[in-house]
Amino acid sequence: MIGNELTAVSIADLQSLLRRREISSREVIDALRERIEAVDGNIGAYLSLDIEAATKEAEHANVDLPLGGIPIAIKDIISAMGQPCTCASKILNGYRAPYDATVIKKLRAAGAIPFGKTNLDEFAMGSSTENSALKSTRNPWDLSRVPGGSSGGSAAAVAADEAFGALGSDTGGSIRQPAALCGVVGLKPTYGRVSRFGLVAFASSLDQIGPVTKTVRDAALIMNAIAGHDQQDSTSLDEPVPDYVASLGNDLRGVRLGVPKEYMIEGIDPQVRAAIDAAVKQLNSLGAEIAEVSLPSTEYAVAVYYIIATAEASANLARFDGVRYGYRAENPKDVLDLYGCTREEGFGPEVKRRIILGTYVLSSGYYDAYYLRAQKVRELIRRDFSSVFEKVDALISPTSPVAAFKLGERVADPLQMYLADIFTIAANLAGIGGISVPCGFAELDGHRLPVGLQLLGKPLDEARILQIAHAYEQSTDWHKSRPPIAASDQKT
Amino acid sequence: MAGTSDLDVAYVARLARINLTEDEAETFQKQLDDVLKYVEKLRQVDVTGVDAAAHGLPVFNVFRADAPRDWFTAEQALSNAPRQANGLFVVPKVVE
Repeated sequence: MIGNELTAVSIADLQSLLRRREISSREVIDALRERIEAVDGNIGAYLSLDIEAATKEAEHANVDLPLGGIPIAIKDIISAMGQPCTCASKILNGYRAPYDATVIKKLRAAGAIPFGKTNLDEFAMGSSTENSALKSTRNPWDLSRVPGGSSGGSAAAVAADEAFGALGSDTGGSIRQPAALCGVVGLKPTYGRVSRFGLVAFASSLDQIGPVTKTVRDAALIMNAIAGHDQQDSTSLDEPVPDYVASLGNDLRGVRLGVPKEYMIEGIDPQVRAAIDAAVKQLNSLGAEIAEVSLPSTEYAVAVYYIIATAEASANLARFDGVRYGYRAENPKDVLDLYGCTREEGFGPEVKRRIILGTYVLSSGYYDAYYLRAQKVRELIRRDFSSVFEKVDALISPTSPVAAFKLGERVADPLQMYLADIFTIAANLAGIGGISVPCGFAELDGHRLPVGLQLLGKPLDEARILQIAHAYEQSTDWHKSRPPIAASDQKT
Repeated sequence: MAGTSDLDVAYVARLARINLTEDEAETFQKQLDDVLKYVEKLRQVDVTGVDAAAHGLPVFNVFRADAPRDWFTAEQALSNAPRQANGLFVVPKVVE
């Protein structure tokens, strides 16, 4: 098998090749490196690669472990000891993580090799990866378009066969939306299912780490490795972890799916809508019962999110002050000027905007009107989900109202960018899990652009949404389509 | 600088310890005025008797044993410091 074909296989297939000793883990790293050298000049998915460290780990790989010898790319907001963790920000210039995130430890315990740190919107704030201060990432299906965000590097790397699978983080859709726009699978687990220890905090009550993969089975394999309680994250849930692979393959007879009427709104691209309608029919033909349901507080989700997420971000990002790590401004007048100049020079515009908004909504005189009210509406959003989940097992919607948009198209208008997350944000506010799975294509300017189907599940019911997504995926060919990528001239 | 909302970007940026340029303050003022106008819709919601949700899933009072464990050495904690001396972080003089 030549390099290009090898890097296109799923984690499950790579696992079989490794276990049958048809290929070594070392050869897998070599093939991946060649693929990255060939295409990443055009895609721009990676911020850093430590080939030497990965090769060393590959030589000692135990392929009989659950993810033995399998390289996994890591969003560059998750700490891996000794590696940079830039958060795609200038303010973490030169920083090297002094410890491993729990997910990195767990991946290693399962035999996987963390390999490469992927691009993102600065501190995961954005929906297009254009807010990266370090690099621009392009959508493998059309290089003039965004990969989505904020886990755009992870999604683009998997779509372009530069990674077998990746970890992302999802605060308002940052795993699911780029997965949808790049035509891959992305799972945001229930809040607390996966430890956040070692994930640089953006909005602590919303952030969750999850997998980005080529297939639903691969997402289940990674979940088996990373899910579970962690004493070092007080918000991680001490609940048993099921075998997420075991329920794959069960049929959909008797499964009840709800289509929230508030999600089928004007403003959804007609081609996206057609793909979702066809997917709903397909799920119905596989035996699932479909019912219309209502989530009446939906229209408030984006507003609630941009109050709560910015409030939490303003507190979390106070730690970047030029004293303990990262960038420090030169020649400040005094210590306050040191903070002010470091943060002015180190943060990009979106991060500054969010810190300012977050500081404002928490400030005396405005706290009740904005932050406290948003927390109450958040509770109403949570109740909406609790009550529909008494009637249905999972919800179906588009992941994003549109396919990938053009680079630069929404940069000047933050509010338009925020509305890109309209279908994904409520799951973070309610703490529930969600998955995006490829469900077709929209045709724009002669390019085929992927469309994602989102399934939202009950709290801690990842097994169910994986099962439904798998049944759907296996009844279609969408996940087998690969983007048309020419090798780039420029080496990374 | 007066915008269409109560937010004074230049003032709040000072609270947040960000030395914004005037151009940035002007751009952000307009953009954040738009965002604040959008979030006005929350005023329509009847939240009487609704408790504020701090998390999606209610988990409270998480304890673990109060036992010492290995963590960073001073060298590790200082390994990323832009300036350090004598095992301490160095900042500009705070007290005369």
